[in-house]
Amino acid sequence: MTITFIFDAILVVLLLTVAIWIIVARAAFSAVLAFVAYGLLLAVVWVELSAIDIALTEAAIGSGVTGMILLGAASRLRETEAAVVSAGRPLILAAALLCAVIAAALAALVLSPPSTVFTLAPETMAHLHESGLGNPVAGVLFVYRAFDTLLEKVVVVLALVGVWSLAPDRFWGGIPGLQVSQQPNSVLTLLSQLLPPLGIVFGIYMFWTGANNPGGAFQGGTVLAAMWILVMIAGLQNPPSTNWRWLRVLVVLGPAIFLAIGLAGFGLAGAFLAYPPGYAKPLIIVAEAALTLSIGVALGLLAAGPPERVAQQ
Amino acid sequence: MTAVPYIFTVIAISAGAFFFLAGTVGLLRFPDTLTRLHALTKADNLGLGLIVFGLLPLVEWPFGAFKLISVWLLLQLSGSIVAQLIANFVRREEAHE
Repeated sequence: MTITFIFDAILVVLLLTVAIWIIVARAAFSAVLAFVAYGLLLAVVWVELSAIDIALTEAAIGSGVTGMILLGAASRLRETEAAVVSAGRPLILAAALLCAVIAAALAALVLSPPSTVFTLAPETMAHLHESGLGNPVAGVLFVYRAFDTLLEKVVVVLALVGVWSLAPDRFWGGIPGLQVSQQPNSVLTLLSQLLPPLGIVFGIYMFWTGANNPGGAFQGGTVLAAMWILVMIAGLQNPPSTNWRWLRVLVVLGPAIFLAIGLAGFGLAGAFLAYPPGYAKPLIIVAEAALTLSIGVALGLLAAGPPERVAQQ
Repeated sequence: MTAVPYIFTVIAISAGAFFFLAGTVGLLRFPDTLTRLHALTKADNLGLGLIVFGLLPLVEWPFGAFKLISVWLLLQLSGSIVAQLIANFVRREEAHE
């Protein structure tokens, strides 16, 4: 038994314990805190599996932004939580049974892999140099499976429209109801003055290095969003009015540029989302830069929540 | 590579791990939020500091070392500020009661 094995075993036990804790926790708030811890542990698991890109995404989106959105949801639900009627033992048992069967089926598949593992990894590496990218994950995302990536970015915009749609009619286009700090000159003010310069540089670096190293638009955009949320929560800057035209332009800019590059592929390279020879990397960088910005703005607005105040005219 | 840097690394990381262990025990055993915060921040500062210190001889100079030290400094910043925020919140809750 090696040290690595013992470490992995402890990690798995810890992960399962936290997962069970999330399910049995009574208060939504405790469950959300455990969910954040679960995401960070899962990120360590991805590092152990040498999937650094996924580890970064899990830590940033799965644990960070999702955790923040769930915390907001939990604090909104706190007042009504005591009044929620439990769903009766038979229903809970049926749900538990169904989940256990699915988990067992998945475990059976994972534990008995086929004798010859089918993989596209050598093919991916063999043609990666034609794109000019050095990170095979970026290659898969923006060359081999670009259509999936495009849809994934559009989903973020749709999610934001969904959150905004929760606003009552009179607040549509108003200002998000993010809870901000009521204390000027607190330590939070200091943090939100010190951290954003570093965070913005780091977010841009993550997008830039994503072509050749782990990183990319989603991770970089999340870091930018986190900095923006920090500044808004500290009360240094108010959440913007959601009917502000430039804000909406920024949200759709990334997917729109990516789509435009995809459509240009028909004329220049003979297929949707195909890149003309020699121009793949510059085009991908342009798309990723716009996507980083759009994801940052969209995630910031998602965390800020639905409009709850009328915008001042 | 001779064994000397490894001896230094093992000692520093063991000391760091000890502080994390002590911090965890403190978190579990101390009576109230403020003392628990104290235990936790000590573990973060000294524990991570010693682990980073121990790893320095093993990483490439200067950028690897610079990254490790930056990680430590950023965690110092966020750790101390989060501790202040939680402590502030506890103070206000107590004032309300």
